[in-house]
Amino acid sequence: MQLTWREIVTAIHGMLFGGFFLMACFGALVLLHRSFAARGSSEVTEQGRRRERIFLIVMVVLGWAAVLSGAYVVYPWYRAAVPPGVTNLELYPQRLLMSDPHTAGWHTLGMEWKEHVAWMAPMLMTMVAWVMMEYEDAGEEHRRLRAMVSGFALAAFLAGGVAAECGAWINKKAPVTGGRVITLNRDGK
Amino acid sequence: MSSPREAVANGAAGAAMLAAGLGCFALGVLAVAGDGSKALARLLTFYRPTGPLSGVSTMAIVVWLAAWIAGNRLWRGRTVAIGKVSGAAFVLLALGLLLTFPPCEDLLLGK
Repeated sequence: MQLTWREIVTAIHGMLFGGFFLMACFGALVLLHRSFAARGSSEVTEQGRRRERIFLIVMVVLGWAAVLSGAYVVYPWYRAAVPPGVTNLELYPQRLLMSDPHTAGWHTLGMEWKEHVAWMAPMLMTMVAWVMMEYEDAGEEHRRLRAMVSGFALAAFLAGGVAAECGAWINKKAPVTGGRVITLNRDGK
Repeated sequence: MSSPREAVANGAAGAAMLAAGLGCFALGVLAVAGDGSKALARLLTFYRPTGPLSGVSTMAIVVWLAAWIAGNRLWRGRTVAIGKVSGAAFVLLALGLLLTFPPCEDLLLGK
């Protein structure tokens, strides 16, 4: 039972950073809905507010970790140039996809969309988290603000979802692999 | 006499929303520009292994943060027409989303 270094890093990028970021975005949407749908004063304690702030900060850090690890670690492996004379494209996912008209769209549409739209999600969620923390009192005007930023949070969730979905499918069609081999279980049990 | 709603300073939130919209729009414009011009793509290659995406994303972040800092200085402590500001930010975000969608990009570039 083996994994390569690149497979592990790709999983950390997509499943740990990206996956948890998306789950946190959904959590933020629930928080926003609860705060602008509530009547009367907020019942959240000071400790509850502190935990909400930590949750929002962790969400933002996960979002930036996902796009930065994607763009500067995984993407260079994905788009690596094929050296002259190499015919096995297993280590060159972009070239592998482009070599077959049935899979080329996963790069020309999927990756081309994902690589750009993904950046919008952490940008928008940083703004959403900041507004939620800056205007955490659920006064009438602040409730209106939270209703407005929930639209941006939904857009961020959809942008992040598009990036995650495209990334998952692309990695199924042409996995990012290679690098040091890590053996998890030698006897195959 | 101002109503309680008008008395609440929402300028900082408006600046943050508008800056995020501008950042997304800048991302879309730079993505199309980088795809349409080889010279610009070379210019936007800040980190060779990542290619033009490194410059497109970095410059969009610079636009977003610069707009946020400037807007915050201008509007902090003030009350703005938050509905109009967030509406403008949404339009910018929607345009940015459209520009990053490859079929729209190809249509604009005549590909």
